[in-house]
Amino acid sequence: MAESNKHAGDGPTASAKNAAIGRSFTRRRKTVPGVPALALKTVPVVVSILALLVAGPSVLTSYWVGLLTQMMIFAILAMSLDLLLGYTGLPSLGHAGFFGVAAYTVAVLSTAHHAGFWTCVASGILLGTMLSAALGLLVSHVRDVYFLMITLALGMVLWGLSYRWIPVTGGDNGISGIPRLEAHAGLPVTGPVAFYYVTLLVFVVCGVFMALIVSSPFGFTLRGIRENESRMKSLGFNTWLHCYISYVMAGAFASVAGVVWAYYNGFVSPTYLDLTASSELFLMVTLGGPGTLVGPALGAGAIVVLKNVISAYTQRWLLILGTVYIVTMLGAPQGLWNLRRRHRAGS
Amino acid sequence: MIYFITQTLNGLFSAALLFLIASGLTLVFGVMRIVNIAHGSFYMLGVYIAYTVIARTQSLFLGTLAAVLIVACTGFAVERLFLRRFASQPLAQMMITMGFALLFRDAAFMIWGGDPFTLAYPVALRGSTTASDIVFPIYRLFVMAVSAVIGVLLWTLNEKTLVGARLRAVVDDPEMAAATGINVALLSGGVFAAGAGLAAFGGVMGGPILGGYAGMDLDLLPMAFVVVIVGGMGSLKGALVGSIAVGLIDNFGKALVPELSYFTLFAPMAIVLAVKPTGLYGRE
Repeated sequence: MAESNKHAGDGPTASAKNAAIGRSFTRRRKTVPGVPALALKTVPVVVSILALLVAGPSVLTSYWVGLLTQMMIFAILAMSLDLLLGYTGLPSLGHAGFFGVAAYTVAVLSTAHHAGFWTCVASGILLGTMLSAALGLLVSHVRDVYFLMITLALGMVLWGLSYRWIPVTGGDNGISGIPRLEAHAGLPVTGPVAFYYVTLLVFVVCGVFMALIVSSPFGFTLRGIRENESRMKSLGFNTWLHCYISYVMAGAFASVAGVVWAYYNGFVSPTYLDLTASSELFLMVTLGGPGTLVGPALGAGAIVVLKNVISAYTQRWLLILGTVYIVTMLGAPQGLWNLRRRHRAGS
Repeated sequence: MIYFITQTLNGLFSAALLFLIASGLTLVFGVMRIVNIAHGSFYMLGVYIAYTVIARTQSLFLGTLAAVLIVACTGFAVERLFLRRFASQPLAQMMITMGFALLFRDAAFMIWGGDPFTLAYPVALRGSTTASDIVFPIYRLFVMAVSAVIGVLLWTLNEKTLVGARLRAVVDDPEMAAATGINVALLSGGVFAAGAGLAAFGGVMGGPILGGYAGMDLDLLPMAFVVVIVGGMGSLKGALVGSIAVGLIDNFGKALVPELSYFTLFAPMAIVLAVKPTGLYGRE
């Protein structure tokens, strides 16, 4: 898993904890050289999920269409974190910050400045990406727990900014009144189903891009850094640059999710970028299975459903979420998707 | 000038509180590499438990004692039952502490409700003192003194006693330390419990001024993390220097540019990270 550090490969405790992913990693490469590793067992699952997503709105109530939209937005976000956490082995605990900054950009521009649709979208993505490019300079040379702590602090700073910079962000009240996407973009159709298909399109495009990235030589270099950075370095790879690019790309995809979220929700507030939000993302990725893209997407869906369904019945959502954290770590620390893979490998 | 001195004293008061919280965080990190998200919860539980005990017994001393002991025991249990089985897996440990942070937050909300409160000032420490035009509350000076005493005690414990020598050995190299017969597990549990207790103590010390409120657990945590990052993770001296720096910067930031108060914290951290990624007194 992402705990892999620079000692993991050669130390006497040689990566017992990384064994599951390490094994599947080498195994996949041995069986299918040149073929994107993602493309073998995962394809049927991905295709059936997509088919269900396309057909979904025709049979589902609008409540579930909305829920599915949320799930896809958070799936983009979880997959973007997975680029960092699962593939590069950089545990970012401030990832919700980019999501939030992009969402706030859309909110501020569309309400206070009455900017047009494409201005909002482009500025949201650009600002989130530029921010990750700036912060990436601060964090790309640190690893492991230090990376975790520093990104945590940076994420909290972004949260603090949204919370205290009241003239711009509205503080704790957030910003409401973001126009509907369909109206703002001038689409001929309106309603949750139209929004759903826009989100689906964005989700598929982002998913395809990320799948291409992780199965490219660049993606394999990232995995190499995750498994053994010093070896990659001695092979001549510029590991700092790879980590930096990975961080910026993750930030860019998170910004895309943030822009869609701002339009979906019509409202932004500091809760979307606090530590709880960032660690919830962490939970989505860890629960689903880091280093798989599909796992984190499903993990995101599971957490979103859990959150909405449970909070409809009880006020004690945090108790349940806290329990999910602990049970996940005790029961499936490598993630559910990796459990399935290990099970298959064993049988 | 008076304004400047008063603000400096206020900043040093924040630094004193921060030191109590960050020293535990940095020790836990140094010995066990645990990024303890639940540290803010220990701070919060400290205030709430002290509040309940003081309301029942009318004794500040008993309240403080109960808060520190109960929270330290809770910390020990969390470490023993949950964190130890994930030794040297920092991500898993972080997730567990995050889970507990949520559990503690919701539990506190269930037990005590969301109403904010403050603890009573100790009778002897009410009012303020005056020294050539500068008026300053006695209680704040008291907290600074207590924090200094705790700092000296921690330093003595770490540098001058056998326990401290073992602790430093574990920080340097846990495997070699275990091989020389040091009970690393017990020491780790002890450090985690002590860190939790210190956080609770910090909560009680800040209680008359900051009080207890919903969401306080994640309020001070980022500042404590900034202290630990700036000072160097695992370094007591770093926690001291970091606390003073962050306390002063945060206080002046809040006074001068309130909108960007969190942002003013970020600048020194960024500079330190750019120059020395391990923090001022961190090990390479």
